[in-house]
Amino acid sequence: MTDLIHLSADVLARKLAAQEVSAVEVTQAHLDRIGAVDGAIHAFLHVNTDEALLVAAEVDKARADGDALHPLAGVPIAVKDLIVTKGQPTTAGSRILEGWQSPYDATVVKKLRAARMPILGKTNLDEFAMGSSTEHSAFGPTRNPWDLDRIPGGSGGGSAAAVAAFEAPLALGTDTGGSIRQPGAVTGTVGVKPTYGGVSRYGAIAMASSLDQIGPVSRTVLDSALLHEVIGGHDPHDSTSLTDPVGALVEAARMGQVEGMRIGVIKELQGEGYQAGVLTRFHESLDLLRSAGAEIVEVSCPNFRYALEAYYLIMPSEASSNLAKYDGVRFGLRVVPDGAPTIERVMGATRAAGFGDEVKRRIILGTYALSAGYYDAYYGSAQKVRTLIQRDFAAAFERADVLISPTAPTTAFKLGEKLDDPLAMYLNDVATIPANMAGVPGLSLPGGLADEDGLPVGIQLLAPARQDARLYRVGAVLEALLEETWGGPLLAKAPAITESAGGK
Amino acid sequence: MTAGTDEVLSFEEAMEKYDPVLGFEVHVELNTRTKMFSSAPNAFGDIPNTNVTPVDLGLPGVLPVVNGVAVESAIKIGLALNCSIAEKCYFARKNYFYPDTPKNFQTSQFEDPIAHDGFLDIELADGTVFRVEIERAHMEEDAGKLTHMGGSTGRIQGAEFSLVDYNRAGVPLIEIVTKPIEGAGSRAPELAKAYVAAIREIVKNLGVSDARMERGNVRCDANVSLRPHGRERFGTRTETKNVNSLRAVEHAVRYEIQRHAAVLDTGTAILQETRHWHEDTRSTTSGRPKSDADDYRYFPEPDLVPVVTNEAWIEKLRAELPEPPAERRKRLQADWGYSDAEFRDVVNAGVMSSIEDTVAAGVSAAVARKWWMGEISRRAKLADVEPAELGVTPELIVELNALIESGKINDKLSRDVLDGVLAGEGTPSEVVEKRGLAVVSDDGPLLEAIDGALAAQPDVADKIRGGKVQAVGAIVGGVMKATRGQADAGRVRELILQRLGVEG
Repeated sequence: MTDLIHLSADVLARKLAAQEVSAVEVTQAHLDRIGAVDGAIHAFLHVNTDEALLVAAEVDKARADGDALHPLAGVPIAVKDLIVTKGQPTTAGSRILEGWQSPYDATVVKKLRAARMPILGKTNLDEFAMGSSTEHSAFGPTRNPWDLDRIPGGSGGGSAAAVAAFEAPLALGTDTGGSIRQPGAVTGTVGVKPTYGGVSRYGAIAMASSLDQIGPVSRTVLDSALLHEVIGGHDPHDSTSLTDPVGALVEAARMGQVEGMRIGVIKELQGEGYQAGVLTRFHESLDLLRSAGAEIVEVSCPNFRYALEAYYLIMPSEASSNLAKYDGVRFGLRVVPDGAPTIERVMGATRAAGFGDEVKRRIILGTYALSAGYYDAYYGSAQKVRTLIQRDFAAAFERADVLISPTAPTTAFKLGEKLDDPLAMYLNDVATIPANMAGVPGLSLPGGLADEDGLPVGIQLLAPARQDARLYRVGAVLEALLEETWGGPLLAKAPAITESAGGK
Repeated sequence: MTAGTDEVLSFEEAMEKYDPVLGFEVHVELNTRTKMFSSAPNAFGDIPNTNVTPVDLGLPGVLPVVNGVAVESAIKIGLALNCSIAEKCYFARKNYFYPDTPKNFQTSQFEDPIAHDGFLDIELADGTVFRVEIERAHMEEDAGKLTHMGGSTGRIQGAEFSLVDYNRAGVPLIEIVTKPIEGAGSRAPELAKAYVAAIREIVKNLGVSDARMERGNVRCDANVSLRPHGRERFGTRTETKNVNSLRAVEHAVRYEIQRHAAVLDTGTAILQETRHWHEDTRSTTSGRPKSDADDYRYFPEPDLVPVVTNEAWIEKLRAELPEPPAERRKRLQADWGYSDAEFRDVVNAGVMSSIEDTVAAGVSAAVARKWWMGEISRRAKLADVEPAELGVTPELIVELNALIESGKINDKLSRDVLDGVLAGEGTPSEVVEKRGLAVVSDDGPLLEAIDGALAAQPDVADKIRGGKVQAVGAIVGGVMKATRGQADAGRVRELILQRLGVEG
């Protein structure tokens, strides 16, 4: 049974379809794995055992009855706890939502249910997705399966770690500035931020509405494509959702072709600030792609150097408004101070007690940036930078079909290492943020292990808006070439996780 | 209720010294089937908190979707107010914490209203036309309704607890903002009332709002400032909130003018603030300080895409607009040939539409006016109902008129016939039959009565024979008396003249 957890979603789906295994067996194997290792990893905030097994049993019955089923029916999945689900708690990693249950399902969750994919549970994250290490979760950090003393990235460290630790073959993440791709990079997994509007945001708890995007987390490029096709497409509940069909992503991943493609290396996303081992692996990937017939060109995106600063004005501005609803009046935590509390004092006390430091930091930053007299200098200027970044991308995509860079400047750092230095933490997202600022899709896949620390390095591919298929087409080729050099998947090199390895 | 304790100057004295400047913000609730940004029903008077979806409660993860019908209503209002319609406009978030606002921001429009730069010609009672410039009309959502319990003032301060009904939260609103209105002088209170009445009439006529002020469908915030005669710069203004009847608008503006004048007379500055109107004491009390620096941290709503209009759409809506009420009045007056005084009386009596329908049914404008301003209005007053509510149909008047013209009944009898019809005795003809009201049309009995009358007044008969035809009235009166009014006076006159061999 243990073998089941090491299979990709694609292989599981085929075995399920061939009735070589049952959905209950597959789901139970993953629940067992969660039971065995999650004490050490802490990827899950909630395990949805009963419902997951119920759905799996229904799939098995439907299959026995000969009903038509979605290809991924019975393949279990974990869901980032920023995405609302009926019948399970949704906390956003925050005390302010502890114990709250959503009366409605996010659109992506409805789609998972329609495909009959058992939901294993809800994964840990930085509070309201604000962070790059999952250390800002109100419910304790998630640990990196490669080294339990290191961070799994963030904010979606829970989803990435769950997939890396074989607790789930697939997971959903959300990516506002890199929260899918950077955890993918530091855990040796695959993560995709779709084109803005490609996947409905309805039911994803908003941090920064103009940047947030739900996307797949998996161990292979093909698996992400399979999941992307399930969750993508237009949603009338999301006005910013694209009307385009999701596209032939699985076909692109299966085809995997780079010959004659122009792949642009972004000059500004390498060099200073990037770990030597990260750059070595990155150049190795470039060589492999060139050997497969791709043309490697250099492109310059001069305004990317302002992306981080602009991001840290737009994101907190939107977040300060999006998080105003957490006031203790209608749902979630309510703190009533002593004395004769007024509504203002109840709201104040609730927010003071319910939000963690990083959330408060961003609310204050955003409130300030939107204030009368500062708006033009801060929010207004940041929006102009955003336009410049979009122009940089447009120019780069004139010269290249896809762009490539390291996903993160470093491998996983130690838990606690950057907790007291927010700026150092923010710098982790320097390579991922531009895609969110421009709405273009990005994919991170494992690029090998850094020589100096033996930890995973991520390679990021970026494509023009609505051209997500290119990411899968190129990603699948690079993945195959790399796995050939490693003699198998990178995660096969990860150390075994034992209960005693990490603090419970 | 709190009585105003402020000193006031007499209105006349205030006018001697100061020149009032007005400004209005009128909120119109649209009567769309669903709310501005959700599919919840837009209905008044239902059980609290039943017309809500997760969107209206601002639950985590929800997103707004714009109501297309509300946008069309907004455009229609803009066109009716002679505004330009924006080719592209945005929604914006107005951020403030208050428990009736589920997200703690109101989705509104800020820099780009859908309609801007219009005007409305307001006709005062004496026919003076005053042009009010419209600055903008923008779309937004209503807040929920708070009921403060246990306090003496009915306000949130001092209340023991407050109840909130989110049925109203998200109801589509159009806010219509005027430019400063100068030069109204002592007509300012009258203009205020006439302006709000005109807006109410327009939105009702457009069919986009129920326009019931007692239900809050039309709500007015009235801004007043004074400046000494001859000075150009505006004085400090106050904003009297939620003045919700036409009479109250007039009174509130008048009161504020008097109060401002008293304050300015003492050499004190007016405090820029909101004021609350109290119907019972016909005075205002201080609300909260309001400065131009009120910081709502507006920024473009990232969850919504811009509203884009085009010429064809706008022209289609323009073609659908009903005739503007003021133009309709002009047209009808010209068609009917009423004098200004006659027409104003008709309008004030609320029978203009009834007359229009009656004329359309086939009687002259003079006959229709005679009925609606005469017998029907008189009966309505006695019954304390609107004339239109008496149940008199245009067809009934046509039939009554036909009976008169055919000589079957006369004016006096027609009143009895109307009574009979209203009492449910049947059609006019049936009532004539049942009550035996037909005029005596057989000349035999009439000639008998005429001979009797002539014999009774031989001197009058001589005068008539001598050419004083106008003396015939006395004989006619005698005949009518003898026939208890059941004779056709015209026919009687003819017969008398014939009998005496005189040319009528």
